[in-house]
Amino acid sequence: MNMARRHKLRIVLVVLAAIHSLIFLAGFFAPYHFAAQNREFAYAPPARLHFVDAQGRFHLRPFVYNLKRSPGARGGFEPDETQIHPLQFFVTGARYSIAGLFPCSVHMFGVNEPGRIFLLGTDGFGRDQLSRFLYGGQLSLSAGLLAAALSVGLGVFAGALAGFYGGWIDEALMRAGELFLALPWLYLLFAVRAALPLRVAEWQVFLLLIAVIGLIGWARPARLIRGAVLSAKERNFVAAARGFGASSFYLLRRHVLPQASSIALTQLALLIPQYILAEVTLTFLGLGVGEPLPSWGSLFAPLQQYSVLASYWWMLLPAALLVPIFLAYHAAADAMQERLNSVAL
Amino acid sequence: MRYVSRRLAHALLLLLAVSFCSFALLQLAPGDFFDDWRLNPQVSAQTTEHLRAQYGLDRPLPVRYGRWLVGLLRGELGVSLAYNGPVAPLLWARARNTLLLTGTATLLAWLTAIPIGIWSAARKRGWMDRLCSAATSTLLTVPDLLLFFALLLLAVRTGWFPVGGMISPWTGADTGFWLRVKDVAAHLALPASGLALVTLPALVRHIRSAMVEVLASPFIRAARAHGIPERRILLRYALPVAANPLISLFGFSIATMLSASALVEVVLSWPGVGPLLVESILSRDVYVVVGAVMFASAFLIAGNLLADLLLFASDPRIRVE
Repeated sequence: MNMARRHKLRIVLVVLAAIHSLIFLAGFFAPYHFAAQNREFAYAPPARLHFVDAQGRFHLRPFVYNLKRSPGARGGFEPDETQIHPLQFFVTGARYSIAGLFPCSVHMFGVNEPGRIFLLGTDGFGRDQLSRFLYGGQLSLSAGLLAAALSVGLGVFAGALAGFYGGWIDEALMRAGELFLALPWLYLLFAVRAALPLRVAEWQVFLLLIAVIGLIGWARPARLIRGAVLSAKERNFVAAARGFGASSFYLLRRHVLPQASSIALTQLALLIPQYILAEVTLTFLGLGVGEPLPSWGSLFAPLQQYSVLASYWWMLLPAALLVPIFLAYHAAADAMQERLNSVAL
Repeated sequence: MRYVSRRLAHALLLLLAVSFCSFALLQLAPGDFFDDWRLNPQVSAQTTEHLRAQYGLDRPLPVRYGRWLVGLLRGELGVSLAYNGPVAPLLWARARNTLLLTGTATLLAWLTAIPIGIWSAARKRGWMDRLCSAATSTLLTVPDLLLFFALLLLAVRTGWFPVGGMISPWTGADTGFWLRVKDVAAHLALPASGLALVTLPALVRHIRSAMVEVLASPFIRAARAHGIPERRILLRYALPVAANPLISLFGFSIATMLSASALVEVVLSWPGVGPLLVESILSRDVYVVVGAVMFASAFLIAGNLLADLLLFASDPRIRVE
């Protein structure tokens, strides 16, 4: 059982690392640039990979058909079966840079011109949804990660102060935390977002989002850390170290906070998906990073008009892709929690 | 009685703190409602200044907060700049819809969660329990937004539910009362069930674990040994004991409900407080924002207060202290 548990956490962490590197290397895995428009292919359905062509010949290399307007029906597409476009790997395409440093133009897959490959379909401007999903993940995932780190960092700081020193510091911090917990988080998020300027540069919006989301969530981790610190500081070895003349700072850093570190990590794993969702929600409502920069939230913004959702169901596919990512985070949090409980027992 | 009045005073104090924080926060924000007007060459600078003075936007923060508080005592919540009218009736119309939606969803969620939770606790590790736990953990990981979109897609594709708004266009003041109720109920079905689905998994989990804990205690074994029927043990012996954490859970679940409700209102265009709040943030309509935040916190604090009072009524141990 214990072995299985340890393996579970490891497997989940590997999956998470894979997802993150996929998103981090979005330029390589995405066939197109996130802002590349193909106005003639607006709202194109997801491309299907074929192996057998119109003449019934089998191809070992999968291929796609380009789309053409179907006659008669307004706005519909049908595959143009006169020419096949075989799937190519490691093709040279649009230029991008890895981590903003290394310029590169090799993509994992693509098709030769004039072929187009839209595996998840396109949006209203004919932009490839898959590319936008991958690039959007860079913004959403990093916002979630940084905001969660900020929140847990603040929580550890406040919780350690409150738990270790007690007295009026404890009282003041915990009352303030109550105020934050007293509000529904989405309303709180709205209220804080309302206090910030609406129209500023994109990177500033990004930092603002992280600050807003991270700042309002500190209360819950702070409470948990405070509890852990309270129980840790009563331990005998802490009293012994104090007897040897250790300073408060040394005691906190060396003996008390390590006891709370697994709680902090578990909180991190729990908060990251929540905060990703918070960023997605804010951007979805038009309070986040604007076009043409993609975030997962701006991918869903067109769905607010339900005619888009009704006619083009594949616009929902990126939202469905979020499920496995969230599942991985929840599994990681679960595994950490289990581990925490088994250590505590 | 002293307990009740102390809780009430605490709640009011908290509400006051929330109002001050949200007010101060919004006033510190750069820019105001008339920013766009200033850019308009057809509107003279004097006009904007005059309007700002008329709405009191040129006064310092403490003066404005004081005025707002005095207004609050008279049941006013300031003036909406975008709607050019008092905030209170505007907010009240929206708040009623949000209350209807969240109330229905809460009822729906608890009425389904309690039987499911009890059943899976009673048949612990049975196939039903396993199925439930798999379903709840899946539901927990599905983002709210995706769930709402999926419901919307379902409604659009099948045509089983009317989509958007609260009443059909042909429903007016002259329609019969029951017809109107039926119409609103049809529109309510989709957002309410979406909202219930969002809160359901956490509720089922908590109810199950509370029941499992109680069912393992010695007095239940004694009751079983006396040959008391299982059904009676579950509902009359175990449930009242397990109720305590569930009542405080009720208070907490309102916060989740409200947040999810703001989102569902936007996605399924239910005319509640959520869309109004987003709209007023985008147009810098400060008093509406403050009013909406106040509404949310008042609702939440009231819910927690209710949970505390219920706890007080149901558990004699708290009354003694």
